[in-house]
Amino acid sequence: MTNAPVLDVKQLRTSFFSEDGEIPAVDEVSFSVNKGEILGIVGESGCGKSVTSLSIMKLIPQPPGKIVGGEILLNGENLVASSEKRMREIRGNEVAMIFQEPMTSLNPLFTIGNQLIEGIKIHTKIGKKEAFQQAVDMLKLVGLPRAEQIMNDYPHQLSGGMRQRVMIAMALSCHPKLLIADEPTTALDVTIQAQILSLMKDLNEKLDTAIVLITHDLGVVAEVCERVIVMYAGKVVEEAPVMEIFKNPKHPYTLGLLQSVPDVRENKERLYSIPGNVPKPGSIKTGCRFAARCEFVHDRCLTDNPPLYKVNGAEEHTVRCFLHEQGGAVSG
Amino acid sequence: MLSYTIKRVMSLIPVLLGLSLIVFFMIRAIPGDPAQIILGQLATKEAVAELTKQLGLDQPWYIQYFTYLGGLLTGDLGESIKTKTAISQEIWPYLAATIELSVCAMAIAIFIGVNAGIISAWYQNSWFDYIAMVLALIGVSMPIFWLGLMEQWVFAINLDWLPTSGREEVRNPVESITNIYMIDTLLQGRMDQFWDVIKHLILPAFALATIPMAIIARITRSSMLEVMRSDFIRTARAKGLRMFWVVYKHSLKNAIIPVLTIIGLQSGLLLGGAILTETIFSWPGMGRYIYDAINARDYPVIQSGILVIAFIFVMINLVVDLLYAAIDPRIKYN
Repeated sequence: MTNAPVLDVKQLRTSFFSEDGEIPAVDEVSFSVNKGEILGIVGESGCGKSVTSLSIMKLIPQPPGKIVGGEILLNGENLVASSEKRMREIRGNEVAMIFQEPMTSLNPLFTIGNQLIEGIKIHTKIGKKEAFQQAVDMLKLVGLPRAEQIMNDYPHQLSGGMRQRVMIAMALSCHPKLLIADEPTTALDVTIQAQILSLMKDLNEKLDTAIVLITHDLGVVAEVCERVIVMYAGKVVEEAPVMEIFKNPKHPYTLGLLQSVPDVRENKERLYSIPGNVPKPGSIKTGCRFAARCEFVHDRCLTDNPPLYKVNGAEEHTVRCFLHEQGGAVSG
Repeated sequence: MLSYTIKRVMSLIPVLLGLSLIVFFMIRAIPGDPAQIILGQLATKEAVAELTKQLGLDQPWYIQYFTYLGGLLTGDLGESIKTKTAISQEIWPYLAATIELSVCAMAIAIFIGVNAGIISAWYQNSWFDYIAMVLALIGVSMPIFWLGLMEQWVFAINLDWLPTSGREEVRNPVESITNIYMIDTLLQGRMDQFWDVIKHLILPAFALATIPMAIIARITRSSMLEVMRSDFIRTARAKGLRMFWVVYKHSLKNAIIPVLTIIGLQSGLLLGGAILTETIFSWPGMGRYIYDAINARDYPVIQSGILVIAFIFVMINLVVDLLYAAIDPRIKYN
């Protein structure tokens, strides 16, 4: 399913400005999403995943945040240079977004119907009746029973899973070309997680909507994504097709992430965890940002900033680590 | 909802009973004898004793209180000692004047206060925000009598834009039907008088509105700031909704409940607190009515006047409580 990219992010740099100066939360991040593809963005909390997604929507709270460099090309149109008016036309229409917290992402004081119809009427010139019907159809599409009744319900009358389905219905109601899902299943329990994921995958195939799935859960990635980007401290550290990442991880950070996934077949006392924490954005000025937590750290990592290297013998696999300068393998 | 309303109205009874008792004793604690004041300094002791007996003030307090209470239960607010008229008959023009003034003041306070709060929150830390919040701080700390006098000095005396005091043009009096002059003049189609009434209202209404306006602005701002950080606001923006609707539809409805509470409490204060404003602007309202009654030790008028104001205050707050449920579907009264 590789066609022209729907979204092409080039050297994106989003910073927050405080009294201490510029703090880059996303630092020269580049990636692209093809039509109908599901791309996963993985990383720990605070590594810049959400800032990346909010940058694409241009919903970074400003001030203190600001996109300071790079390009975000949506079907060739640079969103970084777009006016707020143009962005309003794009949001919800060409790019839609769903969020982590279905419990708080819907306005508690308006009915589901009101909130769905509102979104439809912003971008289309149809009458109230048609908008209502379209909203009902969307609710049915995301698998909600008694759709007509739910239209008159308030968010507090629905469960978390139902609300996330409503959010998905709302996001897809104008048939966007790209859906950004920022940890859509994190707040849900496991069985509901699986339902929501299969719903997203299903709709991806039905409507041919490209999806950027942001998560810290590698299980989720394995289940639905075709390609994965691993982010660490505002930088892309590894990019590869999903099977490749699981079979042949290259970056020590990716390796650490994979090791910390629990496996039911093993009877381990303690789960592996990467030592240390994600550094505060802007705190590391020189060298590799993962150096302080890396098992394979050597002198060069502390002084030079590694570029992205192509991994030998693998297609579409890049990694930001000096160990792979000549295509060497990490032996762990 | 209905049973809740009935329950709330029933709970008014002990509140008003307690209040009537407190007022009853407090007035009697004020030094000065009504009979003496009516008859003047030179009256003989016998005449004073005779009048005291006529007024029923020689009876023990519990008989006086229960006679008064008995009257209240049958809807009789008593009779003014000074004018010898039934209070229920003479109170309405005063009450109407106060209602007209308070409603206008509250409308100004809500309109300006809520909008200033919204814009301050929307453009947080902008020059508008700073200026509005400094003005609000000055507003809450401003003594009404000083503000009223300054308004008169600037707008009535120096600029001569508006009348200094009163409710109407003395040479062109309004013919009263409901005693709410804005309605009366409109009913009679007298637009000239309608503008007169508005002109007379502006200065006292702004003087009275200042404090509630400042409080409303500050509460609206902090409530809006909290709401605008919510996830659902981000959702609304992600839909492509205009910022205006994000603020005035999605944020405001969520932020308005604490503001409503303040509006309810402040309306009560307006009814009672209008005394200063009414005195400065010679506004013939409840404040003046009760103030004159206190000077004349007109016990029944003081008692009933305060009771009427208290009743309105409690009713306004009942309406506010019911509005909560109308705004927020998660609030249910059983």
